Amino acid sequence: MNFIIPSFAPAIPEMVLLALTSLILVADTFWSKRYQFATYYAAQLSLVFVGYLIISSFTTSTVITFDGSFVRDSFADILKLFIVLTTIGIFVFSREYLLQFKFFAGEFFSLGLFGVLGMFVMVSANNLITMYLGLEIMSLSLYAMIAMRKDSAHAVESAMKYFVLGALATGMLLYGFSMIYGATGSITFTEMAKIIEAGNADKVVLSFGLVFIVIGLAFKLGAVPFHMWMPDVYQGAPSAVTLYLATAPKIAGFAMMYRILIDGLPGLVHDWQGLLIMISILSMVVGAFVAIVQDNLKRMLAYSGIGHVGFILLGFIAANPEGYSSAMFYVIIYAITGVAGFGMIVALAKTGNEFDKISDFVGLNQRNPWMALMMLFIMFSMAGVPPFVGFYAKLLVIEEVVNAGFTWLAVVAVITAVISAFYYLKVVKAMYFDNNEDKSKVDTISSELNWAVSLVAIALLVMGILPSSLISLCYSSLA
Amino acid sequence: MTLGLPILSTLIWLPIIGGLLVLFLGRDRDNFAKWFSLAIAVLTFLLSLPLWTQFDTTTAAMQFVEKTPWIPTFNIQYYLGVDGLSMPLILLTTFTQVLVVLSAWTVIKERVEQYMGAFLIMQGVMIGVFAALDAILFYVFWEALLIPMFVVIGKWGGPRRVYATLKFFLYTFLGSVFMLVAFLYMHYQSGSFSILDFQNMPIAMTAQIFIFLAFLVAFAVKIPMFPVHTWLPDAHVEAPTAGSVVLAAIMLKMGGYGFVRFSLPITPDASMTLDWLVIILSLIAILYIGLVALVQNDMKKLVAYSSISHMGFVTLGMFLVYDIVQNTGSTQGAMIGLEGAMIQMVSHGFISGAMFLAIGVLYDRMHTREISAYGGVVNKMPWFGFFAVLFAMANAGLPGTSGFVGEFMVIIASFKANIWYGFVAASTLIIGAAYTLWMVKRVFFGPVANDNVAVLEDLNKREMMIMWTLAIAIVVLGVYPAPLIDVMHSSVAQLLVQATTSKL
Repeated sequence: MNFIIPSFAPAIPEMVLLALTSLILVADTFWSKRYQFATYYAAQLSLVFVGYLIISSFTTSTVITFDGSFVRDSFADILKLFIVLTTIGIFVFSREYLLQFKFFAGEFFSLGLFGVLGMFVMVSANNLITMYLGLEIMSLSLYAMIAMRKDSAHAVESAMKYFVLGALATGMLLYGFSMIYGATGSITFTEMAKIIEAGNADKVVLSFGLVFIVIGLAFKLGAVPFHMWMPDVYQGAPSAVTLYLATAPKIAGFAMMYRILIDGLPGLVHDWQGLLIMISILSMVVGAFVAIVQDNLKRMLAYSGIGHVGFILLGFIAANPEGYSSAMFYVIIYAITGVAGFGMIVALAKTGNEFDKISDFVGLNQRNPWMALMMLFIMFSMAGVPPFVGFYAKLLVIEEVVNAGFTWLAVVAVITAVISAFYYLKVVKAMYFDNNEDKSKVDTISSELNWAVSLVAIALLVMGILPSSLISLCYSSLA
Repeated sequence: MTLGLPILSTLIWLPIIGGLLVLFLGRDRDNFAKWFSLAIAVLTFLLSLPLWTQFDTTTAAMQFVEKTPWIPTFNIQYYLGVDGLSMPLILLTTFTQVLVVLSAWTVIKERVEQYMGAFLIMQGVMIGVFAALDAILFYVFWEALLIPMFVVIGKWGGPRRVYATLKFFLYTFLGSVFMLVAFLYMHYQSGSFSILDFQNMPIAMTAQIFIFLAFLVAFAVKIPMFPVHTWLPDAHVEAPTAGSVVLAAIMLKMGGYGFVRFSLPITPDASMTLDWLVIILSLIAILYIGLVALVQNDMKKLVAYSSISHMGFVTLGMFLVYDIVQNTGSTQGAMIGLEGAMIQMVSHGFISGAMFLAIGVLYDRMHTREISAYGGVVNKMPWFGFFAVLFAMANAGLPGTSGFVGEFMVIIASFKANIWYGFVAASTLIIGAAYTLWMVKRVFFGPVANDNVAVLEDLNKREMMIMWTLAIAIVVLGVYPAPLIDVMHSSVAQLLVQATTSKL
């Protein structure tokens, strides 16, 4: 048996990231006493460098390596770039937050980097084992990050909850994986697709496996009826970790879904399409209605996120490359908007006050008109009101659903969009129309965060006025 | 003439950018905010005049066209242009804006820069709605308008403002999302988002019905038509004066404009099949809402209901087309109905604006809109009384004012369609006169009612200027509407052809 050395070139960003992260992990133990922020800056520099590596080797062709277990294409590159971008933003917010709440530690950033590595692997996985590997790298980092604030019972409870339910979901996923492997005799997505298309796999076992896989995916993405963990974990976790949890991993989750369902199981499209339609409608409806009664903003945004997942699934339901592109655009915008939304909460968090209740935002227009305006941008973007970019995200998925012949589904989607507009408006109402007894000025933790929030929120507006480049980027990557 | 600038883009973006500047630079500098806003509003108005002077009345084609790719992936264009249907509405917008800024001069004391900025941004967006020829561009402007309006009503409105503004936002949002789905469906069929392409594409009957209904929901909420009108009285009563003026004078027109730009030309067969629905709803609006107006105690609410009733004429005039063509075999009468509807829109813009500004004058002095709080105002404010009675007469449709022209044309047309339509529509001449004149009688005439009224002061120079401008506009349009009809004529003729040609 010949041993062929695989081509390492496509995986260079991952390898560099792993090397740098390990280095930082070790160095941190020596740095942390004397140079408090060294780890932070090193982590940011590593991310920038990895981002640069991806851009400089950006390719439009598809390269498969490591005996078919790893794939690099423009789809993967774009998603990785946005994962890097959102993580850079997340780290900027986190540093100030961790200092403010006095649990600043270098591990946060090294764990964050490991999480990014896991996401990279998920995005580029081309077989079931690699996918599982990536998922676990990411999830373990997240469990640890949530539990980092040891003095907070809520945080520890959230970590436990996330860990137990996450493990359950992974179990489901693995069970499904094993059935698919049993039916097709292959773990590589492209191979599986061929075998299923040729009709050489047992249909019953396949369907059985598919159901478990979809359940696992729905768990990870937070789609109804497997969404229970999301509100609790989002609320209980420290805001900076929620910020991380709610943004970059969604991009990876989307990629996982794409790789498994579209690359691996396109032959079962009629089976998963029906499942996704149900999950999508449920998610949109639950997200719209349950969010209305929340008075905690993080919890409300969790339910709103469940609704957004429903919209992302619409792109899959269209079951054509344009549909997946629209979902890709949606998930990227969702991550950016999430950075803005949770970033706002982080930025305004003062010692002793997490600033995560809607009542905290009452009268914000009097107390800090600029931040109120930025929050207005974010809320209207999430609600999908033009000219903010959130509108185009919804527009594209709905467009693709209509093109695929599911006009009724589009009607359901827009109705839930209108219902969910209500709770976003509730936040705007609190900021602009309600009076707060306390008229003292609310400041951001630091002026750096003021800039960061403003930058992301204004980006939502600018991308809304000029959305064409990002749209064509997403569409060309899957064409 | 316009320094080589693309005129429509200038009209859209100048107020928006000006509004943003006011928002960012005007904090705690109220005088700057006011004068700067006034300058922008006047400048925009002056720049919009070439639309009128250089307008070619002989063609129905789009003029002042601008077209550049915007989102090429979906063939979405930044596509602007005006014809005889939209151009008068743009001028109405720029004209009203000047009065809106002036009317807020001393009234708004809190966060002046946010108020002025919001209204300037709204102006640009509304011009965008009337000028957009790409469906997505149209939708973006259409929806973007909700955000500043939401904030304006909710922040500077009356006691129940939060309830009113949420209702306003959700109603209009719900209405428009269906329109969006209809746009997407038509894009799927035609591969284009251009409104002109939509107008030329064939559409099957079932699809037309659904598209028509989607449009109907969107536009009916905006106009508003019975039974989705309930947001309007709430929003009006709670909105600040300028908010009411913009709502009544321009935003309601967006709904009417939608019918002539989308419903009639894009879904002519469905319009023909379902015209009874719109006609019945219009007649209910004219008759029933007119009666509702009669019993109001609040002046603003009264004018709000009267607006709904008057907008009933607009929709009635538009959808009479099919019955008239069927009865008389010619499009002559239909033409009168459509033109009457269009004139009614412009005229109602002036009159309702004038009415709300007049109520604003009283409210600023007495801080109440209850009719019963007044009485004998004319004794203390003779000039104001003169204007108010003039506007009220125009609202009641007195010949010689602009209110008469549109209503009269629609009533003539409705008699050609069906004698009972004409009968119900003509009843407004009585009901409208009743509720308007009764209000005038109770507020202005009789002895001075109480001590508060006794100390009222007459109009100051700024208010006088606003009132004169509107009074002149209303009378000129009433006596000599020919220029306006000329501008519309070619476009209405083309619309009539589109509306009566089957697309199956």
